[in-house]
Amino acid sequence: MSNKVSQQFNALLAKAEQSLRARATPRAIRVQVGSATCEQAAGADEVLAEFRNHVAASGRTDIQLHRTGCTGRCSREPIVGVMVPGQIPIKYERVDRKAVHEIFTQHILGGQPVLGRILDGPAENLVAQEILVCGSLRCGWREGKSFVAVLKEKLASAGIGPDQVRVTVGSCFGACSMEDAVHRSHLLIRPAKVLYRVADEADLDEILRDHILGGQVVERLQVPGKTIGRKFLELYGDVAFFNRQTRIALRHNGVLDPESIEEYFHYRGFEALAKVLGKGNPKWVIDEITRSKLRGRGGGGFPTGEKWAMAAKAAEKTRYLICNADEGDPGAFMDRSMLESDPLNVIEGMIIGAYAIGAARGFVYIRAEYPMAIRRLENAIAQCRQWGLLGKDILGSGFDFDLEIRLGAGAFVCGEETALIHSIEGERGQPRIRPPYPTESGLWGKPTVINNVETFANVPAVINYGSDWFSRIGTATSGGTKVFALAGKIRHTGLVEVPMGTTLRQVVYDIGGGVAEGKQLKAVQTGGPAGGCIPAKWIDTPIDFDTLTKAGSIMGSGGMIILDEDDCMVDIAKFYLTFSQDESCGKCTPCREGSVRMLEILERITTGQGSLEDLDWLKRLALLMKKTSLCGLGRAAPNPVLSTLEHFRDEYVAHVVDKRCPAHKCTALIHYEIDPAKCVGCTLCARNCPVPCIAGQRRQPHEIDQLKCVKCGKCFEVCRFDAVQRL
Amino acid sequence: MNPGTCATTDHWEHVQAISREALGEPLWRFIEECRAAEHPESHLISVLHKVQSQYGHLSPTHLDAVAQLLGVPAAKVAGVASFYHFFRLAPRGKFIINVCMGTACYVKGADRVAMRLMDELGIAWGETSKDGVFTVEQARCLGTCGLAPVLMIDNEMHGQVTPDQVPAILEKYLKKARAQAPA
Amino acid sequence: MRKKKINLTIDGNAVTVPEGTTIMEACEGLGINIPRLCYHPDLSLMGSCRVCIVEVKGMGFYMTSCSQKVWEGMEVQTNSPDIRQARRDIVELLLDNHPKDCQTCERDGHCELQNLAYAMGVRARHFEGKRKRFPIDLSSHSVVRDSEKCVLCGRCVRVCAEIQGVHNLSQHGRGFNTVVAPAHMANMDESVCIQCGQCINVCPTAAFVEKRSAGGVWDAIADPEMHVVVQTAPSIRAAIGEGFGLPLGTPAVGKMVTALRRLGFDAVFDTDFGADMTIVEEAHEFLTRLKEGPLPMITSCSPGWISFLEKFYPELIPHASTCRSPMSMVSVLTKTYYAQKKGIDPRKIYMVAVMPCVAKKYEARRPEHYLDLPSPASGEGQGVRVPLTDAVLTTRELIWMIKCYGIDFLKLPDGDFDAPLGLASGAGDIFGTTGGVMEATLRAASELVTGKPADRLEFTEVRAVEGLRETYVAIGEHNIRVGVANGLTNAKILLDKVKAGEPFHVIEVMACPGGCIGGGGQPYPQEGYHVLDPELLRKRASALYSIDAGKKLRKSYENPAVEEVYEAFLGSPGSPKAHELLHTHYTPKFPRGIR
Repeated sequence: MSNKVSQQFNALLAKAEQSLRARATPRAIRVQVGSATCEQAAGADEVLAEFRNHVAASGRTDIQLHRTGCTGRCSREPIVGVMVPGQIPIKYERVDRKAVHEIFTQHILGGQPVLGRILDGPAENLVAQEILVCGSLRCGWREGKSFVAVLKEKLASAGIGPDQVRVTVGSCFGACSMEDAVHRSHLLIRPAKVLYRVADEADLDEILRDHILGGQVVERLQVPGKTIGRKFLELYGDVAFFNRQTRIALRHNGVLDPESIEEYFHYRGFEALAKVLGKGNPKWVIDEITRSKLRGRGGGGFPTGEKWAMAAKAAEKTRYLICNADEGDPGAFMDRSMLESDPLNVIEGMIIGAYAIGAARGFVYIRAEYPMAIRRLENAIAQCRQWGLLGKDILGSGFDFDLEIRLGAGAFVCGEETALIHSIEGERGQPRIRPPYPTESGLWGKPTVINNVETFANVPAVINYGSDWFSRIGTATSGGTKVFALAGKIRHTGLVEVPMGTTLRQVVYDIGGGVAEGKQLKAVQTGGPAGGCIPAKWIDTPIDFDTLTKAGSIMGSGGMIILDEDDCMVDIAKFYLTFSQDESCGKCTPCREGSVRMLEILERITTGQGSLEDLDWLKRLALLMKKTSLCGLGRAAPNPVLSTLEHFRDEYVAHVVDKRCPAHKCTALIHYEIDPAKCVGCTLCARNCPVPCIAGQRRQPHEIDQLKCVKCGKCFEVCRFDAVQRL
Repeated sequence: MNPGTCATTDHWEHVQAISREALGEPLWRFIEECRAAEHPESHLISVLHKVQSQYGHLSPTHLDAVAQLLGVPAAKVAGVASFYHFFRLAPRGKFIINVCMGTACYVKGADRVAMRLMDELGIAWGETSKDGVFTVEQARCLGTCGLAPVLMIDNEMHGQVTPDQVPAILEKYLKKARAQAPA
Repeated sequence: MRKKKINLTIDGNAVTVPEGTTIMEACEGLGINIPRLCYHPDLSLMGSCRVCIVEVKGMGFYMTSCSQKVWEGMEVQTNSPDIRQARRDIVELLLDNHPKDCQTCERDGHCELQNLAYAMGVRARHFEGKRKRFPIDLSSHSVVRDSEKCVLCGRCVRVCAEIQGVHNLSQHGRGFNTVVAPAHMANMDESVCIQCGQCINVCPTAAFVEKRSAGGVWDAIADPEMHVVVQTAPSIRAAIGEGFGLPLGTPAVGKMVTALRRLGFDAVFDTDFGADMTIVEEAHEFLTRLKEGPLPMITSCSPGWISFLEKFYPELIPHASTCRSPMSMVSVLTKTYYAQKKGIDPRKIYMVAVMPCVAKKYEARRPEHYLDLPSPASGEGQGVRVPLTDAVLTTRELIWMIKCYGIDFLKLPDGDFDAPLGLASGAGDIFGTTGGVMEATLRAASELVTGKPADRLEFTEVRAVEGLRETYVAIGEHNIRVGVANGLTNAKILLDKVKAGEPFHVIEVMACPGGCIGGGGQPYPQEGYHVLDPELLRKRASALYSIDAGKKLRKSYENPAVEEVYEAFLGSPGSPKAHELLHTHYTPKFPRGIR
C-alpha cells in the first residue's frame, strides 16, 4: 500500500516538475505581482497588464511574469517583486503604471534598482549579500556568546563592511524540524539561497572564508531540502515586517501562483498527504496532530487532535468534515488571504483530516462576500480532481474523499458550528442547543468535524515537519503560530504570523511599526466582536488562548485592531455591540432582546443622556447575556462592553457624569470651536460648511454658531491652520 | 377494489409549468439536479444565490416557484431567504455600493465616506437612487482591512477611499450604466 | 433494555433517575416544576426561551433544563438568587418587547406570559425601550395573528410543521425584527393555512387567537325580529365544564342546553342530530362507492382537513365524501325543513353553531354553504343568498358569554334539546373524538350492507387518541380496510398509502390531534395539563363515550327524528333533494401546499 501511494505521488510530482521546467526560462528575470483581492483593489491587475505590455514591447524572452497570492502587506499594495538571478530580490511598494515604467526601464533593462520605490524604503543603497540569521529561541549554538554578535565581529575583522554584507535577524527557517536543533544556529545567505547550520565558531569561520569571501558553497554545513520558512525568507527576508514573522500557515503566500497545482507540488505540495496515505494509519495522524498541540484557529482553541479523535471513535460510520471559511469577524481577513493565495494547502489539510476521521465527504462553507476566494477554491478543487487527489482511491490508497463548496449568504452567526451546519442543511442559520456536540451528531445527524481554514492550513506543515517541531514553536499548552490581521491605527497593516507566546508589544511595535502618526497607544482589541480591549499597560502580555482570556479578551479568529488616543472606548464598545446585535439570529431571548437594550443604554451614554446607574444596568444585562445565551455569539457579544467597563471605566464615567467624551469622538458630546489666535480668516471652513453656520469676514477670525452646528467635522478637516479645535 | 386515484382534480402540471416559467430553463434544470441529489432541501441556499444573481433579487413569485420545484414549504423558503442579509427581497439598483463598515474601515472614517455617498445620491442605507442605478448598502467586513476604508461595487474593490473621491467613483459607474443600457 | 441509573443532586437532594432523563424531568420527579415557555413535550426541542435555565456546578454558563440530560454526579441548583434574577430578567426582556395592554387583552387572566411575569417576580421595568411593531392580521375567518404579542417561542411554527404537516408558518427576518408569519409575511387568508387553529391552542399569549363572533350573536339575540337558533357540537358538552371548574372529562349536556336557553336562543338543536344524518347519507354513499368507486371514501366533516385536502392532495378530492358536515346539515335543515315546519321566514333565522373548531368559522363562509332563498310569495323583495350558518362560536367564546351574562353554570338544572333537530343517538355523540365517526359509520354500515343488525355496537379497535390506526373490520362478506388519522402529519401517511394504491375502503381524517375534542376552539388546558396532552384528550373522549354508553338510542338509523326528516321532507337517503341540501363539492385551492 505504502509503495503504491509513494509511486503514484512521485509520478505526479515528476509530471508537475516537468511541466514547470518546460514553462521556465533558465536564468530568467522574474517579475512577481500579487493577485489577491487586496492587490486587485489597489490596482494590481493594471500593473500586471502594464508589465505585460512592456515585456512584449521589449522583445525580451528572458523576462517572466509570475502571479502570486498575497503576502499580507496590505497597506503597501500593489507590491511587485523583481528577481534578477544572482541578486537579492527587490520588492517595490505602491506600484502604479508610472512606477512600472520606471522599474522596467531602470531596473529590469538597465540593471539599476529604483531605490526610491523600495518596500519600506527608500533605501540608501543595496547590499550584494545578506546573511539572514534565525532569531528564534530554539536556535542556539554551543558557544556562550550571542551568535549575531560573534558573526558581526568576524565580518568586521575580515574587513567586510555592512554595505557589502548585511546581517539581518529573522525568524525560524524550519531547519530545526529536520534535525536536532538544540545546539545549532541557522543562517541563510542571499542571493545564493544557501542555508547553513552552524554549531560553533569553527563552522562560522569556514563559511566566512569559503563562501562569503571565496564564493564556494560549504557542502558539509549545508542544510538540504526545502525547509518551511526558507522560500518565503529567500524572497522577503530583508523586510522587517516579514522576517520577524514565522510563516507556517502563510508559508506559500506570495511565493507560489495560487492557480498552479504544479507549483504547489514543487513546494512540497501533497507530500504530507502521500505520507499519511502511505502509512495507512488514521490513528497515527490523530496522534501526530494531538502531539503537535495544534488548537483550533477559528477562536475556540479546542485541541484539534482531540476533536478528530472524538469523531473517529463515534459509532456512526458516516462522517463529515467541514472547513469553516465564513470569517465574519470585522477586521479579519486571514482566511481569505489563505484561500486566495494557497488554496491547495487548505485542501490538502482537509484531505488529511478527512482520512483521520474517516469522512468520505467534505464541505467548505465560505461566505458569499469572498468571490475571488471562491473562484480560487473552485479552481483548486477542479485541479485536484483532475490529478486524482480528490475523488475515488486517492493516490491509490483506497481512500475516497471529495469536496463541495457551500456558500454562506451574509450571516455572521453562521460561523458558529451548529448554525453553520443548519445553513448547509438549507435552513435558517440558527444555532441549536448543545449537547449533542457536532462530533457526536452534526450535519444530518452524523458525526462532523468543523475546523477553521487556518487550522487546516497548518496540518500539512505538521505532517511534513513533525509534531515535535510544531509543538516546540509556541507555548506549553499551544503549539505553532497564529495569523493575525493587524489593522487600525498601526503603521503597517497586514497579516502577521507569529509563534504563540509572542508578546503584543512585539507584534505592535517590532512588526507593526508602532502606532500610526506617532499617536499614543490606548488599547489592543483582539477577537473581533467577541473579544475585549486590552489596555496599553498590558502590552507585554504574551499571546495565547489562556493569557488573552485572562486579560479580558479572547484569541478569536485573529483580528487585532490597534486603538489610539483618538478612539473612544465607549464608542468602540458600541460599535461592536451594534454589529453583534445586527447579526443576532433572534432565536434566544437574552441575545435578541438583551443586545438591543444594551445598545439603547450605550446610545444614551454616548449622547449625554446616561447616568451612573446605567452602567450598572449595562453590566447586569451583559452578564445575563454571558450566562444565559444559547450560543457563543450571544455569550461573547457583551465582551467588548465588559472589558471596556473594566479597564476604561473612567471614560464611561466622563460620558455620564461630565457629559464629556475624552477622546472627542462621540458627536453629541463634542463641539467645534475656532481659535481666534490661529484663525487667519481664509474663509475655507465657512465655504465648506454644509449648514452653513460659520460667520466671519475675510482676514477676520471666524466663529461657529454652536446652536446650528451639526458637528459634521468638515471645518476641522479642511482648515490648514489648525485653527479649528475639536473639544 | 381500488381503481386508483383519479387525477382529474390534480393541478400539479399547471403549477409546475408556471413555476418553471417564472424561473427560466437553466434555473429549473438546476433545481431538478438538486432534487435528484442527496438531501435536496440542503441546496436551497445555492438555488437562491443563482436566482438572485439572475434576477437581481428574490420576489415572492420566484420564492414560490423555488418552493414548488424544490419541494420545500414556501414558508421555509421565505424564512430562509429573509434570514440572510445577502438575499434581497426587493429590487435593487444596477450597481450595489457596499460600504464596508467593519472595524478597521470604521476607525478610518468609513462613516464619512458613506455620508458623502448618501448625500450625493440623495438616499439612505438600503435605498436605491431614483434613476435605479445605485443602491447603497452596509457591508460587514469585506476582509480588505489593510486598505480601509473600502467600497465594493460590482465585485470591484476600491480601497483607501476618501469622501472627495466619491463623485468620481460614482461617475465611472454611471458611465458604465449608460453604456449597458439598451438603446 | 434496562437503562443505566444516574445519581445526581438537585438543590441538595439526592436523586436517582434512568439515563437519558433531562434535568427538567428529574426535577419533576422531586416535585419541582421548572418554569418554561418554549418547551413542549410533543414538539421538537428549541431551548430558545432560556426561562428554564438552571445552574450546574462546573459550567460557566447556565444550562437549559429542558434539553440537558443528566450525568453522573451532576449538581444542580434550580433556585438561587442569581438564577432567580436571571429568569426574572429574561421574562422582563420579553415583556419589554410586548404591548402593555393586559387589561384589554383576550387572554387577560389566562396568559402564560402573565403567569410567568407574576411567578418570576417582575415588579418593575428596568430595560424598557423600543418595541417591535407589526400590523395585526385580521384577514382570516378563523385565526387572528397579532405579532406584537409574539414571544417567539416557536410553538406555533413547530405544531404547524411537525404535527399538522402544513408548515404554513416560519420565522422571518432575524434578530430583533424576527416575526412569525406565513410565507412572504402574507395574510393568513392568502397563505396555505388550513385554519385548524392548533397555533391558537399552543400559543402562550394572544399572538394567535380566534376571530370573535360573539358580538354578532349578542346583537342577533337582542333583535326581536330574528329567530336565533343554536346547535352544539359533541365536543362542547365534553369540555364546557372545564370553564366552570368541573373535573376534566365531566359531560355537562343538560346544563349546557339550559345555559343556552338562558342566553336567549329561541331554539337549541344538537349537532349530533346532524351527525346521525351524516351517517345515514354517508353510509348510503359508501354503498355506491363499494360498487362504483372511487375507494377509499374519506370523511369530510373536518373543514381543516378539507382545506388540507384541497391544498395538499387535490388529486384525492374525488375520494372525499360529498356529504356536508353535521353542522352544515343542521344549518341547512334549520333554514329549510324547520323554517317550513314552523312557518318561520328563513331570512329571519340566525343560525349559530357552537364548535370546538375555528375552521368551522371558515366553513360557514365557504360559498358552497350558502342558500339561495327565493323571493317571498308576496312578490316583495328579491331572492337573497344567505349563509347556512350565520355565526360560529368556539367553546371558549360560549364560556365567556355565559360568564359575561353572569349565569351560574353549576347551579343550572338539566335541559333537553328542542325538536325536530335535537334528538341524537350515541353514535352522533362520539363524532367528536378521533375514531368516533368511523365507529358510528361501522355501526350503520354493518346493518346497511348485510341487512342485519350489527352484532356489536362498540368498535373499540378504532378508539384511541394516538394519531394513526389501521385495521380490518368484517362486514358481511367484505373485509373492510379502515384507516383513522388525527393530526395531518398522520393523515399524510395514510394518504400516501392511498396514492401508492393500497386498498383502503374508508378513512376517517380529523385535522386536530385527538379529533374535534382537541380542536382550535377548545378551552385552554387546566393546570397540570398541556395542549396535545394525551391524558387531557383521553378524558374528554371518555366523556363522549360515557354519554354514548348511557343512551338507549345508539344507532343513527334508529333515530326517529332522522326518519321523520326523510319521510316528511327529503324522501330517502341519496334522493335528489337530499343531494341538493345535504351534499356539496370541493375544489383545488391555492397556494398549493408542498408535501
